Amino acid sequence: MAPGKKAKVSELSGGFALKHRLMSMGIYPGKEITKLSHFALRGPVMIKVGRGTIALGHSMAGKIIVEIE
Amino acid sequence: MIKKIFLIGNPNVGKSVVFSRLTGVQVFSSNYPGTTVGFAKGYLMVGNEKVEVVDLPGTYSLEPSTKAEEVATSLLRESVKEESVIINIIDATNLERNLFLTLQLIEEGYSVVICLNMCDDAAHRGVDINTSSLENILGVPVISTCAVTGVGIKLLIERIKEVTPGAKNKLGHQERWVEIGKIIESVQKLNHRHHTFRELLEDASVRPLSGLLMSIAVIYASFKVVRFIGENIITKITDPIFFDLYRPLLERLSSSWQEKGFWFHLLIGDLINGKIDFKQSLGVLTTAPYIEFGMVLPYVISFYFVLSLLEDIGYLPRLAILLDNLLHRLGLHGFAIIPVLLGFGCNVPGILATRALESKRERFIASTLISIGVPCVPLQAMIFGLLGAFGGFYVGGVYLVLFSLLLIIGVIMNRTLKGYSPEFLLEIPPYRFPPLAVLGKKLYFRIRGFIIEAVPIVLIGVAVINILIYFRLFDFITSISAPVIKGLFGLPKEAVVALVIGFFRKDVAVGMLMPLGLSAKQLFISATLLAISFPCIATFVVLLKELGVRDLIKSTLIMVFTSLIIGTLLNFAIIR
Repeated sequence: MAPGKKAKVSELSGGFALKHRLMSMGIYPGKEITKLSHFALRGPVMIKVGRGTIALGHSMAGKIIVEIE
Repeated sequence: MIKKIFLIGNPNVGKSVVFSRLTGVQVFSSNYPGTTVGFAKGYLMVGNEKVEVVDLPGTYSLEPSTKAEEVATSLLRESVKEESVIINIIDATNLERNLFLTLQLIEEGYSVVICLNMCDDAAHRGVDINTSSLENILGVPVISTCAVTGVGIKLLIERIKEVTPGAKNKLGHQERWVEIGKIIESVQKLNHRHHTFRELLEDASVRPLSGLLMSIAVIYASFKVVRFIGENIITKITDPIFFDLYRPLLERLSSSWQEKGFWFHLLIGDLINGKIDFKQSLGVLTTAPYIEFGMVLPYVISFYFVLSLLEDIGYLPRLAILLDNLLHRLGLHGFAIIPVLLGFGCNVPGILATRALESKRERFIASTLISIGVPCVPLQAMIFGLLGAFGGFYVGGVYLVLFSLLLIIGVIMNRTLKGYSPEFLLEIPPYRFPPLAVLGKKLYFRIRGFIIEAVPIVLIGVAVINILIYFRLFDFITSISAPVIKGLFGLPKEAVVALVIGFFRKDVAVGMLMPLGLSAKQLFISATLLAISFPCIATFVVLLKELGVRDLIKSTLIMVFTSLIIGTLLNFAIIR
């Protein structure tokens, strides 16, 4: 997913705890998110969810499966 | 009957600001998630009843994922539902995400009042929330406030009495979000606005290239400002007071002193060339106040001014993103930079702030690294004051050694300790510009805290040291430790006294080195050793509380071992 692109979350893979944390922060299937940027060398990924900005680790971001419109 | 009021909400919605407004109790607030890691208590008059108010660390849901969140949820679970009221604080600029916790609270049957905070900011960003219709849908009172300025707080207190416990069907996470979606649609209107300059800056600071450039600029500017303010306070305020007002007074006292015995030694100390020398006399009335007020306090003020400003603006989480990669190699993630920065002020709040990290392993690594490689402001001020005379080369050298140690020990711990480090997940707050009064108050409380905690220990410490020296009680320690101090570290054997004192206070310890007439190299080695060896006693107590006995011993062994190696290495590696 390229920076600046919007997409809809279709699935959260990963363990229960992670799923739960992401969901409580507003990242859930059906939600539209925008990717802002990512950092080199498997660095963190920045996304915009609703009106907030969230930074998440590279592989954590990989567990958010999205559908690009 | 209401007996307790809990303040609960997502991280960084301003719970602590509301708490201070309600109870008058001062607690620290900043613009990043995880400022509050313990809980604070205060009291509020509701009608004629005095009710206890508890400020809890922020949490996204009632199932905790960090130690700080655990504090929040477990306190809540222990409470008696019928006797407590929950003030759920919501960030109005981000209503949707905040409602997740709100619905959970209502579903669980708590009596909830909603405090829709940061209304001014929401209006600014074009968010329009219909509070009365939100009230109807949720069935609980909703009050909009702006806690920083105090708007709406009175109304909030009045409506606390109206609460009734909610009881709704429990929903699954997905269903709850569907519910929230419906609520948002009916109560919130977004006015489209152009990107403001502030938003452009916010975005630029989280992009790789522009973010890196910004961070270099911010760090460089911070360093310059800290030095500028600190030096100016010293040359324009404290030094004139000490040298032009205080010293003549002391000189008169000293020359009228007939018999220069025990008390003279204790209060004034040794005369250097027949005069009082603030840096070398070592008396309770001479060197002790000069160290604290003439050398350390100016930098405490300038450091906390810059730190408080960065905290309140909301820059620190952005720095966390940039450093995430590096910190991962040390078994930490980006957020750990916040405890580290706090540790540069004083290790105690730094170590407490590690509670916002997820795993015990991370907390161990972060606490150990802070106590080894992060010198507190008092120590740094003394290093600048003493080593600075020999040139920036040596001061820079101390930082270089400490920084390399942080990296090396971090990497070693990450490779050898069991477990893995969790990934970074952090909400990045918008930039906010705190009113000057708010910033000033925070600075005032930090400086007051420093004076209350440090000054008595320093005065008593210097007195005790003087007594011990006067009765030659240090001689024993000096002679048994001489092989290590002299043989390995190349320091005069009296320097051990300073290293021992370092356990009580680092600034006094450096002060003890002043009369020894050390060479630049010796001073460099002893200053570095003071930074890495045992933390001061206050830090030690916090480490014990946070890590437990076993991990504390482990952490201490690492420190002792590192000090021995580094002291020896520096001694034999530096030729001049």
